Amino acid sequence: MGKEKIKINDEFYDIMPPEYQELVEEATYGKESRGWKDVGEAKELIEEHSLCAGCPESIAFRYVLACLPKPEDTVMVGSTGCTSLVFPHVAVHNIHSLFGNQNAIASGLKRTLALRFPEKVKDVVVLAGDGATVDIGLDMTLQSWFRQEKFTTICFDNELYANTGGQESGLMQKGFVGKMAPAGKKFDKVPLPEIARNSGCHYVAVMTVSKPNRVEKAIRNAILVAREIGPTYIQLYTPCILEIGKQMMEGLQEMRDSEGPGKRFEFKEYVSDEAKVFLDEMDAERKRKKKALRAARAK
Amino acid sequence: MDPKSLVGTFNKKGQKIVEPEYLLFEAPRTQHFMTGSEVVKEAIRRASIDVSIAYPITPQSEAAALVGELYVEGYVGEYFRGENEFAVMSECAGASFGGARVFTTTSGPGTLRAYENFPMWAGSRLPIVINVMVRGVNSPLSIQPDTLEIGMILETGMLIWHAETAQEFLDFLLASFIVAEEPDVHLPVAVCIDGFFVSHTKDMVMMPPADIALTPYDPYRSPVPCMDMEVPPIRMMRDPFVMKSNYISYATHASWQQEVRAACERSRKHTIRLIGGLIEEENADAEILIVSSGTAVAQGREAVRLLAEEGVDVGIVKIKTIRPFPHQEVRQALRNAKHIFVPEFNVAGWMAREIKACIPDNDRVYAGPHVAGGMTMPPEVIVEEIKKVLSGRKEAVHG
Ligand SMILES: Cc1ncc(C[n+]2csc(CCOP(=O)(O)OP(=O)(O)O)c2C)c(N)n1
Ligand code: SF4
Ligand SMILES: [Mg+2]
Repeated sequence: MGKEKIKINDEFYDIMPPEYQELVEEATYGKESRGWKDVGEAKELIEEHSLCAGCPESIAFRYVLACLPKPEDTVMVGSTGCTSLVFPHVAVHNIHSLFGNQNAIASGLKRTLALRFPEKVKDVVVLAGDGATVDIGLDMTLQSWFRQEKFTTICFDNELYANTGGQESGLMQKGFVGKMAPAGKKFDKVPLPEIARNSGCHYVAVMTVSKPNRVEKAIRNAILVAREIGPTYIQLYTPCILEIGKQMMEGLQEMRDSEGPGKRFEFKEYVSDEAKVFLDEMDAERKRKKKALRAARAK
Repeated sequence: MDPKSLVGTFNKKGQKIVEPEYLLFEAPRTQHFMTGSEVVKEAIRRASIDVSIAYPITPQSEAAALVGELYVEGYVGEYFRGENEFAVMSECAGASFGGARVFTTTSGPGTLRAYENFPMWAGSRLPIVINVMVRGVNSPLSIQPDTLEIGMILETGMLIWHAETAQEFLDFLLASFIVAEEPDVHLPVAVCIDGFFVSHTKDMVMMPPADIALTPYDPYRSPVPCMDMEVPPIRMMRDPFVMKSNYISYATHASWQQEVRAACERSRKHTIRLIGGLIEEENADAEILIVSSGTAVAQGREAVRLLAEEGVDVGIVKIKTIRPFPHQEVRQALRNAKHIFVPEFNVAGWMAREIKACIPDNDRVYAGPHVAGGMTMPPEVIVEEIKKVLSGRKEAVHG
């Protein structure tokens, strides 16, 4: 959907909320070079949010939305959890239906959009918490990968069930004392990135959101590979500062402390052979374009 | 694009798109002898389905597989086997959110596995048609016909229709898409049949030709935006009420639930237009009535015949739509009855409860006979029960 479709009728302009007017006038739908640097420069696709002050999920959300390659033709699928407090403020169509069924919804949705719009790109992006992705929804997460469904799954990994008050999740660290893990979690953090790789994902990346450039590249890669080849998975550490006892200014440091060599969120990336060929071609194309542009300017 | 503008054009299978009224009432029909599962295939062939998602469970597996054949033949746009019924119903939801006409089938334990999705479908105003071929729910394991699961989905917000015969099943399926998709309804419909009795037995069916099909679904007539990024608004809410503990958030949720129920009630006019009334009466002036839905009615009809041979006058009221429940029609039809019998294929007697809740002097209602777990209900059992109860009541009256 281009901007012309969301244009506000003149008669109604003044009664539309100002944030909506701004979206229509200034948001970056249709801008090819969109990326995290637009945050603070252009109208964001996310309005205010009702997360805890300082929650890293909020900046993660901003980066993800700023880096969608084609928001005007992207539909997002969420799940219940802290992320579901944000989605109603997000300016791309998004679906919340139940807790844990996000990859099933996305499967039906993506196939339908492919059927209805054979001539168009319609990206589907799932964004859900670790409880939704790894525990209650694990079968649907994996089955969508086995079936090679062409959409991206993003997990906001805060290593616990934040929205219900800090219970144990499959992505919680072993030994962590949380609710429903009163004596400390008894088993290891589920190795979902490795499982994703073995289950048919063509692009897998694990990281914190401390480095926006890296997040941008991963999001773009994941969505473009999903569009052309098959399922992709990104796991982002978005610590729940509330439940791990951090202050609102400490989220960034917590992420930095968790991404060093050998740490839980050390940057990892897996690219299938097929995806590698595709991404390399895309890179080469971009370089060619840049060079041509520079040459044209030099003239 | 207005689907009506497609009337008279041809789809990619060469079927002519026709008005639903033409398909249901005017098109010349030919006689076929077929099972309920085959009825599903023939209905779906003519229903312009975009997406169907399947999962095996007896007794609906054959029907779901036959829809797969239609996909291969090109009559259905997208089809696959999902991983379990919870996921399947969510996959159906995803397809419907994205603007597809969606059909699926399930049964018994599958219905319950899927359960959480049904109020979500209704609350999200997804006009999915699900064929429920009812069977027993565990335990002990049973695959036999039993209508208990209908009683369990009554308050999900879905429309619930119950077909008695293969013929009615065909007509209900075709009509259900149109009623479901009316902008003032836009709700899911569960078209129920009794497993095996209707799904697996062969019956005579008058079938419209295979070279015509229903007008396709137009997602832009939906009362809520289609999730395809082709329609505004681009942002759904300014001030999300989720998780807020204030009056507006409660009122929003409460009024939406009321609206879903009101939409279900609004389906009446469309349903009456396309499947006749919500109930059917035969000799409803009789003092003794048998009132039920599904194949219990067929058994009741036989009982009426047996009783007539003995000079006992009994009438029948068949309830075709369980949601919306035809309160007024039932009250009206039952107003003169002295004894009302509600035969049911389940242990709970939910249909008797529904009837008792809507008529005055409801001690007239006798909840039974009941059979369950796949037992058949020979008409003689109904006859016997009626006689036993009536003689008992007489004794009570005459001391
Ligand atoms: C079927 C069902 N079970 C349980 C819940 C309660 N519930 C809501 S959110 C949530 C936890 C979410 O955890 P996660 O996916 O990690 O997201 P987070 O809140 O941590 O971002 C739970 C258990 C629910 N809404 N539905
Ligand atoms: S509970 Fe935790 S994850 Fe949720 S908003 Fe607060 S800090 Fe963020
Ligand atoms: Mg979590």
